[in-house]
Amino acid sequence: MKVLLSGNEAIAYGAYAAGVKIASGYPGTPSTEILETLAKYDEIDSSWAPNEKVALEVGIGASLGGARTIVTMKHVGLNVAADPLFTLAYTGVNGGLVIVNADDPSMHSSQNEQDNRHYAKSAKVPMLEPSDSQEAAWLVDEGLKISERFDIPVILRTTTRINHSKSLVDVDIERAESSREYEKDVQKYVMIPAHARQRRSNLEQRLEALAEFSEEFPGNRVEWGSRSIGFIADGVSYQYVKEVFPEASVLKITMVHPLPKRMISDFVEQIEKVIVVEELDPFIEDQLKAWGLPVVGKRLIQGIGELNPETIRAGVMGDADASASLAAADDIPGRPPMMCAGCPHRGVFYILKKMKLMVAGDIGCYTLGVTPPLEAMDTCFCMGASIGNAMGFQKATGRKDVVAVIGDSTFMHSGITPLIDVVYNKGIATVIILDNRTTAMTGRQDHPGTGKTLKGDAGVEVDIEKLVRALGVASVQVVDPYDLKASRAAITEEIAKDEPSVIIFRRACVLAEKVTGEPLMVIDECDSCKACMQLGCPALSWEADRARIEPSQCIGCDVCGQVCKAGAIVKHEQADQGAGI
Amino acid sequence: MSNEVRNVLIVGVGGQGIILAADVLSNVLVSAEYDVKMAEIHGMSQRGGSVNTMVRFGNKVYSPVVEKGQADYMLAFEKLEALRWSDYLKPGATIIMNDETLSPLPVLLGKAEYPGDIEEQIIAKGINLITVNATAMAEESGSPRAANIVLLGCLASLMPLGKDVWHAAIERRVPPRTVEINKSAFEIGFAYISERATADEALI
Ligand SMILES: Cc1ncc(C[n+]2csc(CCOP(=O)(O)OP(=O)(O)O)c2C)c(N)n1
Repeated sequence: MKVLLSGNEAIAYGAYAAGVKIASGYPGTPSTEILETLAKYDEIDSSWAPNEKVALEVGIGASLGGARTIVTMKHVGLNVAADPLFTLAYTGVNGGLVIVNADDPSMHSSQNEQDNRHYAKSAKVPMLEPSDSQEAAWLVDEGLKISERFDIPVILRTTTRINHSKSLVDVDIERAESSREYEKDVQKYVMIPAHARQRRSNLEQRLEALAEFSEEFPGNRVEWGSRSIGFIADGVSYQYVKEVFPEASVLKITMVHPLPKRMISDFVEQIEKVIVVEELDPFIEDQLKAWGLPVVGKRLIQGIGELNPETIRAGVMGDADASASLAAADDIPGRPPMMCAGCPHRGVFYILKKMKLMVAGDIGCYTLGVTPPLEAMDTCFCMGASIGNAMGFQKATGRKDVVAVIGDSTFMHSGITPLIDVVYNKGIATVIILDNRTTAMTGRQDHPGTGKTLKGDAGVEVDIEKLVRALGVASVQVVDPYDLKASRAAITEEIAKDEPSVIIFRRACVLAEKVTGEPLMVIDECDSCKACMQLGCPALSWEADRARIEPSQCIGCDVCGQVCKAGAIVKHEQADQGAGI
Repeated sequence: MSNEVRNVLIVGVGGQGIILAADVLSNVLVSAEYDVKMAEIHGMSQRGGSVNTMVRFGNKVYSPVVEKGQADYMLAFEKLEALRWSDYLKPGATIIMNDETLSPLPVLLGKAEYPGDIEEQIIAKGINLITVNATAMAEESGSPRAANIVLLGCLASLMPLGKDVWHAAIERRVPPRTVEINKSAFEIGFAYISERATADEALI
């Protein structure tokens, strides 16, 4: 039977069918739904790790233990997991190990659009790229087999269009059984220099064998058409090329590292003009040119952002006008994402803006604190960066009014070590942890701070307050961010101190808890000061000369009520009483 | 079956039930034995962003994304979003637009104006525009939240597939408690366009 599955659902199904026993990862768009789907299979132990490095290390242990294993993350997650990855190529695996890495060209939900195909080359591991969901499912199985046969981890690289597009997948495959025995082998698994040197040259032999395999691998194939123009394409670019140039010859690359050199040379020889179509960097093109093959690529095809049929057509036809008109902006008002009505992050950013502090930011829903009207954030680099950034900035400038703002899941991911640095090296920055009891940005996953696991079991919650005290932070407060007065008092007090301090703003995400509350309303006392409009709440709008609250949106958090000096934002019953007087 | 690939866009604002509508539509197309691809971008969408889902079907579909100027139908859950994505339609294609306005942040803040002439702008592009008060019609079916299925019913009446495949897909995809409400929402949308079409013919 064939059913429509997203790339992510297909990868989960592929992992199930291939007999995967252990799955670990950390949420990150567009990869998140792979583990969420896998969690439904009882046969698979799947879990969220606190970060991607830990996820891969768990995966390595599972593989050595003999289980077929999958580890999932978004592209920047592989930066975090790069340390174990590079050495894992030396040691190799026991049970098959596939690392799913989801790139995000065009940065739909990311801070950069790095091209992670480079990781395959620099870490010296094979990489597979699916072009649709059926292939994604198949490549999990193939990847695990390649991993076991060549004793090496395999990266399955997807892009947003593959992860989040749906296409038909055959779901009649029976789950395979596979497990291996662990054999202690210190030469292979203990990478002291003496052992690592042996594994280093052994790795070259494995790569040579893989290059040979790439020539025979059915995923790499030529679809012959016209010989006057031919394309070499990987991933979703293959689909676009087939769509736009149905008559052309196409060499579809599914194993992008190592590339099938003979197959490609043979193809190039038989075609008059060969164009490499690939998203982001000239990864394939550069290699082909290094081999001396006469191909073109980035001269015609854009290197920034996602491709689509139009950009490819315009590039190949050399139609600069067409590409320019595609980029032309229109004057329709944009619809940027915003914090939800009642979001517990809102009040904190309102205060940070009022206090004009230097705010080192981090990644999560709260990064929306940079957008108007809140505009209360100075930096955002990568997960966990806020605390180190605040520390360095504070040391360089001598300023005391510096805070780091970090979410609870981000703090668990990579906020603890930089906080240790603040304590150890006598920083005085104030660290604000926005504890909304979930990983909201990526769709509300649990994390060690909530204690609940991916499988839904309740467990031990990491007590953030006790944790930061144990690290040596003496000044710690827990505050309700719906209470603006208390929030402002806490920030004022902590930034004045010459020691590290932590404020935990604790209040559950309105989406996670499905919070609904009695909506507020604006009464005649409104003096049109527009103070409430500085909150950027989607429930509040400005109509003619006064604010209006949309009752279907408002959850009654009363942050706007506290901002309103005229006392014009009240509960419905208060309004009724007022009308009676 | 001809080789032609048909394209449908479903657009709106995060939280309006767009993904579910696209899901039901694609399921219907799969049971009608088409090759189907569906592309969606989500991520920031839950935070009130613009959402756009593309469904393509035919004998063999390659690209999951629709090119500008190639869509045959659009279901728009919100008016500004209908305008934003209208360049994706073929001349003469049809937009079924929910008569609903949701102000984006720049408008809420008074920094931009919500266009007052969306209908005119769309019609000027040579697009066939059908405006539907889907929310009110959904209330008739028992829940304003079924507006997405009302719109789907409107689309269904323009497509050459039997009603039973739509009912079956609704049964499979919506939460069990809401099957009856959604089926009746579908019927209301379907009847609205069919009756309108007969009225139009009567005029000619
Ligand atoms: C290395 C890395 N992994 C994953 C992500 C994806 N990601 C962005 S923010 C975020 C977590 C947000 O959770 P939290 O800090 O609790 O803030 P919230 O969204 O709940 O406000 C994740 C997982 C990323 N950007 N970088």
